Amino acid sequence: MKANVHFREVLNNGTGYYGLLALLGAIVLIGLGAAYFMEHNGHFVTGMNNEIVWGMPHVFAVFLIVAASGALNVASIGSVFGKSQYKPLAPLSGLLAIALLAGGLAVLVLDLGHPDRLIVAMTYYNFKSIFAWNVMLYTGFMAVVVVYLWMMMERKMNKYTKPAGFFAFIWRLALTTGTGSIFGFIVAREAYDAAIMAPMFVIMSFSFGLAAYILVLMASFKWTERELGDKILYRLKNLLGIFVGAVLYFVLAYHLTNLYAAEHHSVERFILLDGGIYTKLFWIGQILIGGLIPLAMLYHPTLGKSRAVIGWACALVILGGMAQMYVIIIGGQAFPLVLFPGMEVSSSFADGIVASYTPKLPEYLLGIGGVAIALLLVTIAVKVLRFLPESLADAIVDPHTASDAKGTAKKAA
Amino acid sequence: MTHKSEINSSRRQFLNGSAIAAGLAIAPGVMLHQVAQAKPADQAVTSDKRWGMLIDTNKCSKGCDACVRGCQTENGWGENETKSGPNQVAQWIRKVELRDTSTGFTKSLPLMCQHCEHPPCVDVCPTGASFKRADGIVLVDKHICIGCRYCMMACPYKARSFIHEDLQDQLPVAPRGKGTVESCTLCVHRVDKDGENAIPACAEACNAEGHEAFVFGDLKNPNSRISQELAKHGGTQIRADLGLNVGIRYRGI
Ligand code: SF4
Ligand code: SF4
Repeated sequence: MKANVHFREVLNNGTGYYGLLALLGAIVLIGLGAAYFMEHNGHFVTGMNNEIVWGMPHVFAVFLIVAASGALNVASIGSVFGKSQYKPLAPLSGLLAIALLAGGLAVLVLDLGHPDRLIVAMTYYNFKSIFAWNVMLYTGFMAVVVVYLWMMMERKMNKYTKPAGFFAFIWRLALTTGTGSIFGFIVAREAYDAAIMAPMFVIMSFSFGLAAYILVLMASFKWTERELGDKILYRLKNLLGIFVGAVLYFVLAYHLTNLYAAEHHSVERFILLDGGIYTKLFWIGQILIGGLIPLAMLYHPTLGKSRAVIGWACALVILGGMAQMYVIIIGGQAFPLVLFPGMEVSSSFADGIVASYTPKLPEYLLGIGGVAIALLLVTIAVKVLRFLPESLADAIVDPHTASDAKGTAKKAA
Repeated sequence: MTHKSEINSSRRQFLNGSAIAAGLAIAPGVMLHQVAQAKPADQAVTSDKRWGMLIDTNKCSKGCDACVRGCQTENGWGENETKSGPNQVAQWIRKVELRDTSTGFTKSLPLMCQHCEHPPCVDVCPTGASFKRADGIVLVDKHICIGCRYCMMACPYKARSFIHEDLQDQLPVAPRGKGTVESCTLCVHRVDKDGENAIPACAEACNAEGHEAFVFGDLKNPNSRISQELAKHGGTQIRADLGLNVGIRYRGI
């Protein structure tokens, strides 16, 4: 079967391609400008403060990093789980994973109080810090995926694809667990004090990463006039539906376990009932827009077959995912720390009251710049290297159309 | 620094950082010359001591913020941050008012870095900029802090501040810099100079008001005043349930 799938770089030299490149480049530059503005003046120009210490940039950054590891899933399904229909999708999956991670890390680093000390961060390690471990997990992930891509794309190395893919798969699980643990390790903040945080991040990554992948796949095939068959697309969108449902399940489990523990009742009340913006983002953003609506769209018997609807469903999953990150990251900080249980507290530093946070423009621009970095990398890479299959028409993806879609793993000749 | 070999590692780290930084500008016009290194070189920072404070909230008066102002004057924070918003300005120490919702009983107390024995800020810091000296004082090495603010996320007491703007007019005892995190140093420069007899600026200011709510001293020395008072009257740790074994103890809450 593999013999049928040819990969080809983007040959189209039209204004469309360069227009896209220019647009993304401009957004990246604006993002870098915003970062410079923040560093030059100091963080007082942002909405972040000593209470909400991680703000909008972190929402974007963590989202991108989580999505990055999820984007690799498609490749993993192909090489680790032997579903041969997914194999032609694998190179783009690895590429997107690297690109999203690069975008997320760029945002994270550019938001530091001292991005100029990046070298310090690389040379001084506190091995007790989960953050330091993450730095290694992230850089390692890039290296592992590059090797994996090489095994996939270099015919002579193909025989190593499976072990490389397996390794990358394990690494990505570690990476998302590590990212989730950044929050899990914060014992003092009620919202984060839950063991379920890390597995929840893993399942979130599946969903956000696949949504991003489907969008990039659809766009790149459409714009380069390649054929994307219904078969493979429907398979992906059904998988996305499963992941979206799984995220909802984990969110439910998270809140139910929290409700069991009496000491977490007030933070639950805050998120679920009277937390203002956070409650709205939770119910409307995360649950409705990011969960129930896309689920209905993806599984609708007729609408679910429309490409526009599938595309929108992916976009909603991403938007809802951002809302979820906002609720977790910002909401978790906004809820007051409990220092004196049973006491009403007040102080000159907002003790006992919900911290307020209004993200400012540079924060958004930096975050969006990170997304643009990821997309720019993909756009350039598909032009210089053969990441995209020439066609994913039904007949090519699965020549034995008679056999059912379950994907009996056919070992390619 | 002739007896360098005797100086324990965290102390050395602190001094090295400052040595590198000597002559380095951390903000326009501000040069770091000496960083809390007034301690005589023949006395190493040792784990034989653990510095702490006992705060008697019964003596602390509502509405009084002498300790906060004393700290500001001593360490030069709060006044020179003109552009930062209210929650962006540094808060090394703050006054917190408590009211028991069931009885209406009220209390007032100062809150600052609690100098945890097991400090979450140190555990999470990726670079090791947050560190605990052998004598229990928790500090930030401003020269390797990358400003990630993870320590602020992890601190249960909201004791840390991030510097949101360029600073002028810093004091030599407390170098500060945009983009780094800082917190109460337990007036480490005074402790290193006067040891057992040191009086942190907050305590000094409180004494000057006649309240005398603070007792500073060595928790490991059974004969120190702080140990004796703790032995006699006991003391509470805020959020003792977290098991951080903090160095700042309270009475009357
Ligand atoms: S009170 Fe906060 S800043 Fe101070 S040592 Fe403990 S965790 Fe660190
Ligand atoms: S802000 Fe500085 S001291 Fe705090 S965790 Fe980051 S590097 Fe360490």
